[in-house]
Amino acid sequence: MNSVILQLAAKYIRALLVFFAFVALLRGHNQPGGGFIGGLLAALSIVYYSFAFDRQKIRKQLTIKPEGYIALGLLIILLSFLPSIIQGETLMKGIWISIPLYPLEELKLGTPLLFDIGVFMAVIGITLLFFFTLTKSR
Amino acid sequence: MQYILLIYLLIAFGIFLIPGWLKKYVGIMLAFVQAVFFVFFFSKISEVANGNSISTILYWIPQLGLNLEFSLTGLSLAFALLITGIGALVFLYAAAYMKGYEGTDKFYFYLFLFGGAMLGLVLSGNLIQLFIFWELTSFLSFLLISFFHKKETSRKAAFQSLFVTAFGGLLLLSGFVLLGSVAGSYSVADWVTDADKIKSSGLYLPGLLLILTGAFTKSAQFPFHFWLPGAMQAPTPVSAYLHSATMVKAGVFLLALLNPVLGGTMEWTYIITLVGVITMFLGAYFSITQTDLKGILAYTTISALGILVMLIGIDTKLSIKAAILFLFVHAFYKAALFMVAGMIDKKTGTRDLAKLGGLYRFMPLTFVISVLALLSMAGLPPMLGFLGKELIYEAKVQSPGIASLVLILGVGGNTLMVAVSMYFMFKVFLGKQGAYPKLPNEKGWLFMFGPAVLALLSLLFGLSPGVLGDSMVEPAFSSIRKEMIDVELKLWHGFNDVFLLSLLTVALGMGVFIIALTKKQFLVKWRGINRRVFTIKFTDIFVQVLDGFLSFAARNTKRIQHGYHRFYILTVILFASAFLWSQVYITRNWVLDSHFSLNPFYISGLIVIIVCSTLYATLTQSRIATIIGMGVIGYGISLIYLYYSAVDLAITQILVETLIVVMFVLVLQRLPRFAVLSSRLTRLRDLMIALTFGSVMTVLAIKALHVEFSHPISDLMVQNSKVNAFGQNVVNVILVDFRALDTLGEVTVLVIAAMGVFVLLKTRKT
Repeated sequence: MNSVILQLAAKYIRALLVFFAFVALLRGHNQPGGGFIGGLLAALSIVYYSFAFDRQKIRKQLTIKPEGYIALGLLIILLSFLPSIIQGETLMKGIWISIPLYPLEELKLGTPLLFDIGVFMAVIGITLLFFFTLTKSR
Repeated sequence: MQYILLIYLLIAFGIFLIPGWLKKYVGIMLAFVQAVFFVFFFSKISEVANGNSISTILYWIPQLGLNLEFSLTGLSLAFALLITGIGALVFLYAAAYMKGYEGTDKFYFYLFLFGGAMLGLVLSGNLIQLFIFWELTSFLSFLLISFFHKKETSRKAAFQSLFVTAFGGLLLLSGFVLLGSVAGSYSVADWVTDADKIKSSGLYLPGLLLILTGAFTKSAQFPFHFWLPGAMQAPTPVSAYLHSATMVKAGVFLLALLNPVLGGTMEWTYIITLVGVITMFLGAYFSITQTDLKGILAYTTISALGILVMLIGIDTKLSIKAAILFLFVHAFYKAALFMVAGMIDKKTGTRDLAKLGGLYRFMPLTFVISVLALLSMAGLPPMLGFLGKELIYEAKVQSPGIASLVLILGVGGNTLMVAVSMYFMFKVFLGKQGAYPKLPNEKGWLFMFGPAVLALLSLLFGLSPGVLGDSMVEPAFSSIRKEMIDVELKLWHGFNDVFLLSLLTVALGMGVFIIALTKKQFLVKWRGINRRVFTIKFTDIFVQVLDGFLSFAARNTKRIQHGYHRFYILTVILFASAFLWSQVYITRNWVLDSHFSLNPFYISGLIVIIVCSTLYATLTQSRIATIIGMGVIGYGISLIYLYYSAVDLAITQILVETLIVVMFVLVLQRLPRFAVLSSRLTRLRDLMIALTFGSVMTVLAIKALHVEFSHPISDLMVQNSKVNAFGQNVVNVILVDFRALDTLGEVTVLVIAAMGVFVLLKTRKT
């Protein structure tokens, strides 16, 4: 497909989708969203973009390949288990730390967020792997 | 003690790091290490002398009763001394024997590791741990037998021995687990205290049979004996170490170890004694017709193992005493003979009895050593073997129940042993000079050292047996029988019925030997008779059973794994619906109470739209239209989610639906034109299946609404979400915190699915 309108729109829509993907990921703990939805959004941004351009070229241009996203995601998930092991708690128990950011509200970070980021990455990878393999032209 | 095993492991791996110029001395160095451990264990004799034991325990998985328990008792000390002592001699011998072969690093690695595994086995105080070492020795034995892996016979023999011993190992494990469930522990010490409970439980007999089968396979008892002659394909140091002195005695060790727990019953006595006595006789019977030096030794080893097993089965004070003594007797003379046989093989280039003879001219020292060892094997004075045999006869006379059978077969077996010892000596060393491929010499003290030491020990202990009795037999006895005795061993027992039996044995043995030597056709005819009478070859049966099993498996796999994807799915769906329908039928006493209402009107409208697009998707002739129809269904469902304020679900559904539609459209481009190819009947069948499955899912969904649990778990989640997990979005908190393990599982499943698609589509192209 070589539609100029589509290509131009794709650039902006991609940026927008990525932005929303991160919003969904970060706000997921308190409002609708989360790693899975965020991951799907981020994957969609690339899917949409590759609609307007040559799919295989896009695939080659990805800095991290789908397989890489999957590996990264699983790795981050495993990392999120580490704090609970180190503290001698039950595996996968959520461990939280709060970082005071005056004069703003304090920032609470926890292993569930890390876990969610892992899911986010893995979902991106899985979706893209499905997408690129299934739609590969012969 | 755990450190000893650790050192073994480290040194074994260290073998590969030894630089090239030192390679010649690897065997000698390892022999030195073994000797050091021998001295270590030797120094422990006084500590375990009075039935004491040295124990350590390392907690591994205490919840499952799996701990690393090490305990050095009199029994395990006796074995440990054999393992390290004979190990040291065998390594010295191997340094000479393995010269000129490729891959000696690997050989030493396996052999040394085996030494460690065998030590681990005899030092284990926990049965699961013992099983692990047990399997390790089987496996290393497999690797060692197949050391000359370029020969097909080696590979076959190795596989056969692994198959038999590993099969026995699995039975052993199930036996341990079965009886462990009675005792509630896998610790040997706990089993000993709970011995009565185990013996009186209903699981005793099956557990006993399983454990016994395991021990019998390892110790090459009838009818599992056939793997041992095959194992002679291994390099001779391996035969001397694994297949005569140590590994094959693991079964005997296990029986002795569990004697206080399982022994003392009718089943124990009769099964073990009978199997042992049959093995003893058959081993001796077949040994005399062998033509291969190592073959003779293998069958006499089987016979000796039979004697050991039988003695433990008889289970009197005297028999246990005899068993411990005979353990040493046999280890001394058999390891020596194996080493001699290997040396003759090396020096003359043949192991065939027909080609050997008159070797005393070239190898006088070897001749002397062999005569000593063979005297011990024949059970003649003044060797240790004589003592052993006398004691065994005494034990046999006292054996309860089947004494007469034991005695008759015992005399028969020993007669043959005497005959085969004489025959071995005359055929190999005396008589005319044989037609060997090369003229032998006696160079190389490393060859001679091991057998010389062992033969001398046989003689020395024969002359002054008290030393062995006090230092070894007594502690081992007290750790088996849990009582103390004073073991007095004497060479001369007085003129009694046992001595008469001995005389009879020797006379008969001489008779058989003289006939065999003078009448050339005698043994040939005997072999012929054997071939006709014992037409059943265990090796052949083994091969046939295995082949039959494989072809059976292949046939069934072809039937089940036919390769038609549609039928796989068909099978899965049909079975699932059958189960689900039966479940629905069994729990049918719920009442459908629903108040249908069409409010709010937009939800009713949505449902109408979904139903319409479902029908459209199934009936349309265009693929694109089908996909769009399915998309409409998906979006419709997500709107319903939204109405019931399941926002996360709705967003996910919309995103996934979008992706699916996009991908389907892209894939569609590659499919051929749409056409109806299947017959009307096939489509009718598919319709029926689809209706069955669809309807059961519908019923289930409706039923799920009507099943009331007393406390829905969702309440708990909602309450704790903000307080404990600091999140207001309960769905997300469940996903990443409360049920993080489930999420991890789901992500993993998705990853595997993605990989599967990737691999499938990638390989199809090439």
